[in-house]
Amino acid sequence: MSNITYKPGKEPDPREYRLIFKNVDREGWDTSIETYLNDGGYEDLKKAMAMEPKAITEEVKKSGLRGRGGAGFPTGIKWTFIPPNNTKPVYLICNCDESEPGTFKDRYIVHQDPHQLVEGIVISCFAVGAHVAYIYIREEFPEAAQILEKAIAEARERNFVGANVLGSGFDVEIYVHRGAAAYICGEETGLIESLEGKRAYPRIKPPYFPAALGLYMCPTIVNNVESLCHVKHIIRMGGDEYAKLGVPRNNGTRILCVSGDVKKPGYFEVQVGKITMRELLYDMCGGPKDGREFKAVIPGGSSSKILRCDESFTLRGQGPEGSDKSITFWDIPMDFDSLAACGSMAGSGGVIVLDDSRKMSWVLNNLNQFYAHESCGQCTPCREGSTWMRKISDRIVAGEATPADIELLESVAYQIDGKTICAFGEASSWPVEAIIGKFREELLAETSDSNETVRMSPEGEAQRRYLQKA
Amino acid sequence: MSDSSLESLIASPETPGTKHFPPFAADEALEAEAVKRLAQFPEDRKRSAVLPILHHIQHHHGFLSAAAIEWTAQRVGIEPIKVLEVVTFYPGFRQSAPGKFHIRVCRTLSCAMGGSYELMDQLCELTGIDRASLDPHHHPIAVSPCGTWSVEFAECLASCGTAPVCLVNDDFHEAIAPEKAQALLDQYSSNDH
Ligand SMILES: Cc1cc2nc3c(=O)[nH]c(=O)nc-3n(C[C@H](O)[C@H](O)[C@H](O)COP(=O)(O)O)c2cc1C
Ligand code: SF4
Ligand code: FES
Repeated sequence: MSNITYKPGKEPDPREYRLIFKNVDREGWDTSIETYLNDGGYEDLKKAMAMEPKAITEEVKKSGLRGRGGAGFPTGIKWTFIPPNNTKPVYLICNCDESEPGTFKDRYIVHQDPHQLVEGIVISCFAVGAHVAYIYIREEFPEAAQILEKAIAEARERNFVGANVLGSGFDVEIYVHRGAAAYICGEETGLIESLEGKRAYPRIKPPYFPAALGLYMCPTIVNNVESLCHVKHIIRMGGDEYAKLGVPRNNGTRILCVSGDVKKPGYFEVQVGKITMRELLYDMCGGPKDGREFKAVIPGGSSSKILRCDESFTLRGQGPEGSDKSITFWDIPMDFDSLAACGSMAGSGGVIVLDDSRKMSWVLNNLNQFYAHESCGQCTPCREGSTWMRKISDRIVAGEATPADIELLESVAYQIDGKTICAFGEASSWPVEAIIGKFREELLAETSDSNETVRMSPEGEAQRRYLQKA
Repeated sequence: MSDSSLESLIASPETPGTKHFPPFAADEALEAEAVKRLAQFPEDRKRSAVLPILHHIQHHHGFLSAAAIEWTAQRVGIEPIKVLEVVTFYPGFRQSAPGKFHIRVCRTLSCAMGGSYELMDQLCELTGIDRASLDPHHHPIAVSPCGTWSVEFAECLASCGTAPVCLVNDDFHEAIAPEKAQALLDQYSSNDH
């Protein structure tokens, strides 16, 4: 790997550990199969095809890989949920909806290294016994859809896809299926409904856990793009070796996407938990913009609960001999368990950074607009609540709210959270709960026009001009 | 629901952009696409091909007319209302013509912090679109009087690190600060009007 060079200005940070993004921004790299094969591509598929499907799942389990789509569920364990006495066809769906605000990693994989994904999908299909895989890709990735179609066609010509893959007797087809610009299609059961040609109304779990009752009521494995790419590396390295990357229970690498108020936003593939918030934001992203200070961070996609940069946290049982350990915001290791222990989540890896020029009311209003627009409308608390929350935050931003509105907003959020068909309910209410919980004073101050604590940034003013009239 | 209200739901009002798109026609290319997409699903699951067929039609005809919805329904063997409910659910489907160049500006948090609302201001100003008369969200999309341009806010386009970003038809553009609005439009208007 030492002979790899990257495009000028796009070199990885020295603290990165690149598996999935090895070829992103690589000098001389393109999306053709020849380039991929010259780099040792599809060797892991050959290795996998010589294994027993069960043994592949076993390696994935040993690797400790946790899903990179948002929930962090162990991939190998998910695969074993297909009912053992199943006689129906099994489907695999690659979730390339990438629509959680703040997340921009799958974009680079599918645009720059499509064969890595195709290889990961074929190995995974073989492991779970799926003969058909669908890549559900968001409509706003038109170029990527074409790149993937071409990559699949190239892979078929070389018999990595299609009938009797590499003479193994195993058949697999991969189809690219485009969504139509609806966030809820990222939710796995909404995605499945959409793939069935319907509105993307999520299904209730139980009983509709996709691994048992998924696409066409058949067992269906839904995995994120990044998760499926990891499978290929797990086969190459072996599950045990892979598990040595990262920290216990948070294994491997993952791509962190940083956006917002930092000097150098971007993507960074790191060993899970080996980088702290401080290293990420100061060392890798160059710190705050000149003359600014960091204020708050949304650590795992817009749905994850916001953290204040001046907070401290107690990590239960993580100190010496199982004692509690107290850490500041800056010391949080970027892994699933630590972020959960701090009351938020690692989610999709999208880190959105806010500096002291940002008024929390418009941040909240921006997110409320997103969720009000994207609710599928199936359940009342979510449909009505998300619009109601948007309207209240419209009032705050417009300078027309009273202190009672802050309370009302909070109470609406708590009436959605936990009371809906799918996790969108939490996704829409957590930002509200956390922003009010942590910035109550700032929001309250805004409800009296004599006492505005933070001035609106020019960008906030621009957003304010577009407030809905209703 | 009475027939007449269904008709009004399917109606596609003319816009200044209508002239840029050929009216819906069930041509050979569409039939070939339908055959290809239907083959990707089990025999008894033809309905799965609804989204791909609609994408093909919208790509060539600009929007989804009543005739397009009815053809699609007939081709996959379901009621037209079932296609219509798909069309009305997804922000990616339209029932009236956009401009020749349809611009989707990301309005979600990271892009908003990067100035995407100012970018929208600029684009509207330069193309003669009156944003003030419209819903700040997706519907209806706003078409310029000449029919060349239309704008719409989009939600996070998954490139937050290079904010603000937008799509012009199928072309993705990143780091389009508001000052670059004119240069962006020039890329399209110079070679084609
Ligand atoms: C509202 C909502 C939106 C989601 N959006 C995405 C998405 O865009 N991409 C994704 O991979 N997973 C998304 N998920 C998670 C999926 O439901 C699913 O858990 C995931 O694709 C499983 O893959 P993994 O186990 O590899 O993470 C979303 C979940 C919810 C509740
Ligand atoms: S929680 Fe919201 S998005 Fe999920 S099913 Fe209910 S209405 Fe739809
Ligand atoms: S917020 Fe605009 S691309 Fe994500």
